[in-house]
Amino acid sequence: MNDKIKKVSTHVSQNEGLIFEKSSPGKKAYKLAPLDVPEVDEKALLGDLARADLANMPEVSEIEIIRHFTRMSTWNYAVDYGMYPLGSCTMKYNARINEVVARLDGLAGAHPYQPEKLSQGALRIMKALADQLIEITGMDAITLQPAAGAHGEMTGILLVRSYLESKGNARKKILIPDSAHGTNPATAAICGYEVENLKSNAAGMVDVPSLVAQMNGDVAALMLTNPNTLGVFEQEIHKIADILHEKGGLLYMDGANMNALVGKTRPGDFGVDVMHLNLHKTFSTPHGGGGPGSGPVAIKKHLEPFLPKPVVVENGDGTLWLDYDRPHSIGRVRMYFGNFGMHVRALAYIMANGPDGLRMTTEDAVLNANYIRKKLAGIYDLPYNTPSMHEVVFSDRNQARKGIKTGDIAKRLIDYGFHPYTTSFPLIVPGALMIEPTESESKEELDEFIEAMKAVAEEAENTPEIITGAPHNTRVSRMDETAAARKPILRWKPRAAGAAE
Amino acid sequence: MRYLPKSQSDREQMLHEIGCGTIDDLFAPIPQEYRLDRDLNIPRQFGESEILDYFKQRAAENANGYSIFIGSGAYNHYRPVVIDSLISRGEWFTAYTPYQPEISQGTLQSIFEFQSMICELTGMEVANASMYDGSTGAAEAIMMAVRITGRHRAVTANTVHPEYREVITTYAKHQGLPLSSVGYGENGRVDVKALEAAITDQTACVLIQSPNFFGTIEDVAAIAEIAHKKGALLVVSIAEALSLGIVRPPTEADIVSMEAQSFGVPLGYGGPYAGVIATKEKFVRQIPGRLVGQTVDRNGKRGFVLTLSTREQHIRREKATSNICTNQALIALMTNIFMTVYGKQGLRDLAKQNLAKTSYAVSAFEKAGAKVLFKNSPRFNEFVIQTDRDSRELNDTLIEKKIIGGFPLKKFYPELGNSAVWCVTELNTKEAIDAAAKGAGR
Repeated sequence: MNDKIKKVSTHVSQNEGLIFEKSSPGKKAYKLAPLDVPEVDEKALLGDLARADLANMPEVSEIEIIRHFTRMSTWNYAVDYGMYPLGSCTMKYNARINEVVARLDGLAGAHPYQPEKLSQGALRIMKALADQLIEITGMDAITLQPAAGAHGEMTGILLVRSYLESKGNARKKILIPDSAHGTNPATAAICGYEVENLKSNAAGMVDVPSLVAQMNGDVAALMLTNPNTLGVFEQEIHKIADILHEKGGLLYMDGANMNALVGKTRPGDFGVDVMHLNLHKTFSTPHGGGGPGSGPVAIKKHLEPFLPKPVVVENGDGTLWLDYDRPHSIGRVRMYFGNFGMHVRALAYIMANGPDGLRMTTEDAVLNANYIRKKLAGIYDLPYNTPSMHEVVFSDRNQARKGIKTGDIAKRLIDYGFHPYTTSFPLIVPGALMIEPTESESKEELDEFIEAMKAVAEEAENTPEIITGAPHNTRVSRMDETAAARKPILRWKPRAAGAAE
Repeated sequence: MRYLPKSQSDREQMLHEIGCGTIDDLFAPIPQEYRLDRDLNIPRQFGESEILDYFKQRAAENANGYSIFIGSGAYNHYRPVVIDSLISRGEWFTAYTPYQPEISQGTLQSIFEFQSMICELTGMEVANASMYDGSTGAAEAIMMAVRITGRHRAVTANTVHPEYREVITTYAKHQGLPLSSVGYGENGRVDVKALEAAITDQTACVLIQSPNFFGTIEDVAAIAEIAHKKGALLVVSIAEALSLGIVRPPTEADIVSMEAQSFGVPLGYGGPYAGVIATKEKFVRQIPGRLVGQTVDRNGKRGFVLTLSTREQHIRREKATSNICTNQALIALMTNIFMTVYGKQGLRDLAKQNLAKTSYAVSAFEKAGAKVLFKNSPRFNEFVIQTDRDSRELNDTLIEKKIIGGFPLKKFYPELGNSAVWCVTELNTKEAIDAAAKGAGR
């Protein structure tokens, strides 16, 4: 530890083995209520289909479970510990009220097939969220069914496909900028489209002449992230939309970066036909260590007949019901109604903010990114000088001269008490450092982050070996990922070897 | 705004240091004509107590205090309190995907344990870190079978959850993947003869569900033999994970796609839930989604990392095995804690209670005069009742008794007339079962 590391101190952390290593026969963490009906013999009921035993499932007590998961939890970094500047991930504060309301009995205990007349509260929440997201995006209609962002992308591209089919030709290609998230091309491919790369211009934006040259009757849509993955707003966005529309194509907006826009501008107003939102980014539903997400898809009127079914509809008397009779629907993309628990949380977030809070949130997110940019530009190379919105992308060019790469700087940042930024993305910036602070950081936390980044840059000049060996203060050092992939060990097995059953 | 940690003077100072006059200077890249110069037309900012009140009112408009007799893909099991106690730690729910293993060992080790337990329970050799849910997982399992076999058709049993089949249809439609459907016999199980006839040398896989949508347990071994004989894979979907506590696992399957909601995940009006795909080791490079593997650090200390990511979209882009990015980590953690709480003996005891209650309910319904379909087939905790009255009307009369009746089958299986699939878990008391049977009888 050096004196520039101010945010953290080392402290004792508990070791903990795998749960299987604590198991021994007869230990229990459960007590069932007594059976109030006659016992049965499973052999008599199931015959050969009865299971002999549950192999190597663990047997432990309640206190061991509490300690097991508590000890492991302390090995994680989290938004609750501090700044989590992963670019494109929008790691903002997860408000506690959201967690409380999502767990109310009438909501958490609602069966998706209970009668609609006993589900009015749930339907009301979905309707309220849908209405508010429509206003926020400036679109005309929405589906809450997709389970995550990439799932929303798939839904959106299937909507494009069905719409174009209804016009007589589904077309062949989707245009995708070279700066796009990997999910975009993967989505286009699973929806049966060829992917055609669209290059960025010197300002990091869509190269409009290239778009004009590449746009033709074979192109179904352009998938565009706006602001894009450089954190740059596509200033010619409406021209882009016009170019697509003139030749019968559609503009799909990846809403991953919507945190830069809410309350300041609306995609529906600048020509977008279809877009997804990530409730787990912009609308503060927790990332949960990698899910669950929720990826609503908002659309313009012409795509409305194709929405996944069912849709929530209001009767004349104000009651709500689910309309399954949607002959042009793309069908279902998920069973039931999507990740309802996330809908509850997102609505609670919007209510806590109101129009003024949402706008100020966006302003603070953009302010924070620009503050970091101002303070670190020069020390870290800024490959694109175009104004930044909610995130800023540097490159490791200055540090690479000493052999220090973005991944190394990231690892050293861990010793300074911060979660790393996103490394090596977007692909158009070699050695990218993609930093998104979000609105949730105070000036003090940002200043500490900036100081840490400066200190690492100094180390890169003077003591590069300390960086290549980082992190030094964590439970485990850099992991052998090559070995993990070459000979995968993907499950625990009892020492005596042999399969489960 | 209480979530924003800055004073007005902080903001002014930061703007000053950036060299901006006003915050709107930072939004100059947005063309003037598209800038919103008004408030969004959404409700005003609510106080915390008002937010709680609003959702309490909505919760009160839903069913409260009912005995739930619907399963059909979402099962009402007791959730041990330690689950929410543990997952409410910020280190679990406010962390991101464990891309930085040095500061994510908690999430990584817990996923490794999840993968291990899913293997133990399903009899498979590897399992992924989770999928969105059982319906999308089943669709992804079919796509996986297509990649493995190089064949481009699939056969699905129509006793698979109807909404799973709808999702599969959506996924398959644009991938040049024709689907054919196989019905059921008088025993409520897959019509094996029809299945045999439906499989061709172009069939990548057969998808069945067991226990199926009627609650009937399929003869997985026999179906596997038929599929394998023609070079097709067998995908088994499991919607009621708790059945694995007492029902033999589908070891003859090539891919198991399971919905793990039963393991401590709230019904939550349908989500979020957690799917998972488990398979044989030889197919691991075709599995979609994240995988956690064991390795060592520079000092030889055991640790865990995300691995085999060359299958995934962020590396492979349009050539990835799937476009899936997010998994359901926090929900997988719930199920992990649930599986740990009940463990080897408890899952069995709990499953056996479900079996006993269901067996009792079947005789109670029969005694009351209702007809039980597929009566002699093995089942876990669901069964089909046929009545004179329309199932929805019957359910309406049961609402007064604080009972939510079975799922009406007329929409998806019109040939079964006034039938509904009922589910009984450890949470349905004998008293409620008796009341439901009495109401459903003549």
